[in-house]
Amino acid sequence: MRTAICGGRLIDPAHRIDTLSDVFIAEGQIVGIGRPPEGFVADRMIDARRRIVCPGLIDLCARLREPGHEHKATIASETRAAAAAGITTLVCPPDTDPVIDEPAVVELIRRRAKATGKARVLALGALTHHLGGERLAEMAALKEAGCVGISDGGYPVSNTLVLRRALEYAATFDLTVFLTPLDGQLASGIAHEGPIATRMGLPGIPAAAETGALARDLELIRDMGVRVHFGRLTCARSVELIARAQADGLAVTADVAIHQLHLTELDLAGFDSRCHVRPPLRRAQDRDALRAGLVSGVITAICSDHQPHEPDAKQAPFGDTEPGISALDTLLALSLRLADDDALPLPVVLERLTCGPARILGLDYGQLQTGAVADLCVFDPALAWQATPSMWHSHGQNSPFLGWELQGQVTHTLLAGQVVYEREGRQSF
Amino acid sequence: MSNTHFQLDRQGRLLHFLTIEGLKRHHLIEILDTAESLRGVAERRVKKLPTLHGKTVVNLFFEASTRTRTTFELAAKRLSADVLTLNIATSSAVKGESLLDTLRNIEAMQCDMFVVRHEQSGAAEFIARHVKPHIAVLNAGDGRHAHPTQAMLDVFTIRRHKPAFEALQVAIVGDILHSRVARSLIHALGILGTPDIRVIAPRTLLPVDVEKLGVRVFDNPTIGLRGVDVIVMLRLQKERMAGALLPSEREFFQCYGLTEERLALAKPDAIVMHPGPINRGVEIDSRVADGPRSVILEQVTNGIAARMAIMSITLGNHARPTGEQI
Repeated sequence: MRTAICGGRLIDPAHRIDTLSDVFIAEGQIVGIGRPPEGFVADRMIDARRRIVCPGLIDLCARLREPGHEHKATIASETRAAAAAGITTLVCPPDTDPVIDEPAVVELIRRRAKATGKARVLALGALTHHLGGERLAEMAALKEAGCVGISDGGYPVSNTLVLRRALEYAATFDLTVFLTPLDGQLASGIAHEGPIATRMGLPGIPAAAETGALARDLELIRDMGVRVHFGRLTCARSVELIARAQADGLAVTADVAIHQLHLTELDLAGFDSRCHVRPPLRRAQDRDALRAGLVSGVITAICSDHQPHEPDAKQAPFGDTEPGISALDTLLALSLRLADDDALPLPVVLERLTCGPARILGLDYGQLQTGAVADLCVFDPALAWQATPSMWHSHGQNSPFLGWELQGQVTHTLLAGQVVYEREGRQSF
Repeated sequence: MSNTHFQLDRQGRLLHFLTIEGLKRHHLIEILDTAESLRGVAERRVKKLPTLHGKTVVNLFFEASTRTRTTFELAAKRLSADVLTLNIATSSAVKGESLLDTLRNIEAMQCDMFVVRHEQSGAAEFIARHVKPHIAVLNAGDGRHAHPTQAMLDVFTIRRHKPAFEALQVAIVGDILHSRVARSLIHALGILGTPDIRVIAPRTLLPVDVEKLGVRVFDNPTIGLRGVDVIVMLRLQKERMAGALLPSEREFFQCYGLTEERLALAKPDAIVMHPGPINRGVEIDSRVADGPRSVILEQVTNGIAARMAIMSITLGNHARPTGEQI
């Protein structure tokens, strides 16, 4: 299958390219940009005029709920949703059931993803056995099985000695470690500790639950030479800590969940359980510092932190509901909104969704270059839409962004040269 | 939909009673005046009014309570309602039934009012959002969030002794962090114009940014109690020692317990209140609890009148045609 994508605004943040150009694809690869290779005859032409063509998005943290929680979502349902959202690579944390701490689970995920064929699913292996924080997981075997990194899966290791050894062991096998900076004891609450939680009577999670754990982790890895990625920061002070560590030459990177860039503790009004997330929504100044961290390059990736749920999981008093937002459907539009808000230039927004996360993974996806894998996202940046349940693709509809007026919608997604999503009735608005 | 207005209809009348926050002065005055007129009922030979005759009130207690539950029961019975009390902490919730399923089942029994107590903040509002529109929901305590009927009986008791809220100094002492009573009372006093509301507690029992609720914060009761008209002592739960919030009951009593010496710091005619049940020798000395300045038992009596008032007002507003304009 040979495909030509013609007339689009090509944005390839990896090579600082932002120009009107055509892309030519054959055998799953990009074979030409600007002009086709000799003798290229397209089987299919995609009209990308007035659209943006960029690398397929890479999401560093998406719960697909399989294996173990198929009543919430499945690899099939969520990879379809990813394709519709322009996401071609999903990184799945190890907190499945069973936990990704042995090769068989990695293999199962790979098989399920391949069967649907809508998105590339990469697994993170568990840092400790059963994510219990006590015994090391078989990291060498997990790497061999294809894990792209090792992670605490949202269950921070509280035993500092175990964590130190796990980091050293991961470094032995050149594995990037994905950590959640959160102190389990301090994080026993459900909302950001501040005036809103005080007013609402919600047990608080202080900023120090994150910054204290982060400072500890940064000290632990200071002379270790291990690559550590801190996922889903929420505090202004965390951005400062990461910036200082990077300035000191530590191999640390960070991402932020898209909801933290748009929502704050104020959104909990009315005990809206759709805004129940962990780590919690913080203050407006934290949100602004996270945005600034994206601009300055301290934070190099935006992730969805996708956590689809069945309706019952959110239908209870706030503290009895499960945390998390179903976020694949809105990842791109909410990221583009940052450019509209003048928080970030558009190419930087796209960088944080493509080559930024790719570099964290140490993979060469997320770029448009002759010879690169043809993972692409074509979207109409001007197309306005309202997020409604009827146009939602993820199996989980637990999103506080339902009802929002958004702008920017994917028209085509290509995974290794195959069109895995094409928007239907695209002129109907 | 903001939570502060959710309990009101379009004309601003109370449909539910979920939180004091966001209410207007006239809402509180209406309740206080109604409670005043209902207070006499208990002294009659026949302690009943026909106001809620034919109505069914269901007490849904997901958390143990004796005093609040029984005063709600009495209040409903004195208004001639049929009352059903369900202690769900020990029934269906244990069997794994979801809260919504429990609600649907009870709704199917044709009820008019739910009185709800639940350990989670926001539970009463959650229930109010999910019940059929003809049902009124009263919050009998949700987590640390609100206990609005307690606040109303507290300000009702205060008003009977000290009618001028705009000249009042009130100190609330003890476990503010976990207290829905404190939060609701602070809002109620603020709405009624109380210029000086103080909270007195060790820092482990103070929520972050509590001063943003409109209170002054004191670590030291010797300073904080000086010259106040009203002292509200809060109950200290035994679990607080296990949570490393306090070293011991003994030290808490030594530093914050209301003794006759500390009471002497307040105005000579100051009253002492407590939402109950009291821990003698932990937050309050028996001589103060049983002394002449204590209005603790009066609070219990007033609780029935205040709850009768709130029940009749909210159900009365439900009875009116919805399209009615003022």
